[in-house]
Amino acid sequence: MSTKILSKSQGFYDLYERRPGSDQETTHYCPGCGHGILHKMIAEALMDFGVNDNSIIISPVGCSVFAYYYFAAGNFQAAHGRAPAVATGVKRALPESIVISYQGDGDLAAIGGNEILHAANRGEAISVFFVNNAIYGMTGGQMAPTTLIGQKTTTTPYGRTVANEGYPIRMTELISQLQAPVYVERTMMADTKSINTTRKAVRKAIKNQVEKKGFSFVEVLSTCPTGWKVTAPQAEEWVKTTMTQHFPLGVFKDISGDAEPLNLTKDQLPAERIPKAISLPLGDKEKLVYKIPETVSEEIKISGFGGQGVLSLGVWLSEFGMREDLNVSWIPSYGPEMRGGTAHCHVKLSHRPIGSPLVAQPTVLVATNRPSLEKFEQEVVAGGKIFWDNSLIDISPSRSDIVSLPVPATEIANQLGNTKAANVVMLGVITAVSDFLDENIVRRTLPEIFKKKHLLDLNMQAFNKGLEFAASLKQMT
Amino acid sequence: MANARGFVAINEEECKGCDLCVVACPVDVLHLAKHFNTHGYNPSEYDGDGCTGCGVCFYACPEPGAITVFKNWEESRHKYLNPEGEGVTSLTLKDPVKGVAVIESTGDTIVLSDFRKLNFAE
Repeated sequence: MSTKILSKSQGFYDLYERRPGSDQETTHYCPGCGHGILHKMIAEALMDFGVNDNSIIISPVGCSVFAYYYFAAGNFQAAHGRAPAVATGVKRALPESIVISYQGDGDLAAIGGNEILHAANRGEAISVFFVNNAIYGMTGGQMAPTTLIGQKTTTTPYGRTVANEGYPIRMTELISQLQAPVYVERTMMADTKSINTTRKAVRKAIKNQVEKKGFSFVEVLSTCPTGWKVTAPQAEEWVKTTMTQHFPLGVFKDISGDAEPLNLTKDQLPAERIPKAISLPLGDKEKLVYKIPETVSEEIKISGFGGQGVLSLGVWLSEFGMREDLNVSWIPSYGPEMRGGTAHCHVKLSHRPIGSPLVAQPTVLVATNRPSLEKFEQEVVAGGKIFWDNSLIDISPSRSDIVSLPVPATEIANQLGNTKAANVVMLGVITAVSDFLDENIVRRTLPEIFKKKHLLDLNMQAFNKGLEFAASLKQMT
Repeated sequence: MANARGFVAINEEECKGCDLCVVACPVDVLHLAKHFNTHGYNPSEYDGDGCTGCGVCFYACPEPGAITVFKNWEESRHKYLNPEGEGVTSLTLKDPVKGVAVIESTGDTIVLSDFRKLNFAE
């Protein structure tokens, strides 16, 4: 202890402005809660190592969910148990930052058991602080995986039994058996000596990360005076005398001294490869000019048998919409029946933000079988368009207030030699007839969309046939 | 304990009266006050004499800003940065229990638990 004055660490905010209510000077923790002590050690260590401004603390679900009220560092609040998974993502995206996963026992040992084991097994270069107080504190003192045998909680009112609830899980022992972690220790916060040991462990776990040593894990046996229904000094005594019998203290693994610093540089994609990686047309720098109206608000329903490509057709329309800088949504819907039913999708293309992706009153209906036409014809808005495959549907739309566009898409596709291209024929017709699709955009996007490159020629033929058919349709009307 | 080396200042509004510092103090110079703070807790209070500046209470305390420990008060108190901006000045304890001191150069008082105002020279 070299500083001459011990006062509130600069690693905390002066005022906890994120904390709601009038009291923004104290933490929300109960009197005597171990979280505060550990918070102080972490804040102090981050300041002492000069990494506070470069640190990201992942807070869990539990009492310490609001850690971001207090730490003047970067913060994420993860879903229950997922702090190590979030920490993995943060550390990999920002390898130079110091990433701390802070978790309680309900969070880490129960719902997050999977996350922590695999983060440890992968050897993510993060520091994990595991606050074990043998109880679910925030929710009112229920049994946790770490609750001791015989310990009374609200869900084990007669005490935890091996027969009913099994043994308290020892996470430190589990993790120390894995190959990747470099430092695994269990400490407690119960008296001056053990608090000092914990302080050293916290500093080591963070220093390991500063030195890029790898995964460090510190389990801290901590108090929950409220959940245990005792005073704070009694709680410390219970940690010392009872908890340590099941959770022995000590360094379970430490290979950080020999560990070589990890190479944590991020695999950066060179700027010139980014357009290709996200399927942008190469070498095409001029601003595209779309021939579409200034206000598009189309609600499209595409329906047919499974296998007719109705869902794909919807995806394509969404893709074109994105290329035209429209907001788009696509959502498939298919019934429980595996064969014989209708599959359909809802597509929205709009200049305005889209609220719900569901289409209740389509402006465009594409029906490729008879049940679809029968089912959805009445939903179409007055003046809407119905594209229907008259090579398969033996009836006509009954309404007179809509635009009926019969397209023998399947027949045309058959003539080209592949029935499956019927949806591309239909796309050609839609492109020609509708004002919200720009033919040039569609034409240049299609080669990127079709995954089977050997069918590209056939598909482009089908598209052209669709355009041709639309032209003849226009002549007729 | 005439030659108290250290000094401990407790921000009684940030203290939750958990008793951990009282139990932890190796020289037994802290106690819980009889009065309440605005949150309804009996805050921890310095006896006013005998602190060695060991810092044990600071690390035992779960509240980040409740306890401030001057590890070497006799040295620190002569290095207070003059709020008028001219060099250092000295502090004289006025109420050791409440942690109130007088700033020599201005005659104003300072509450030593107010970590935001602790400007000391190295």
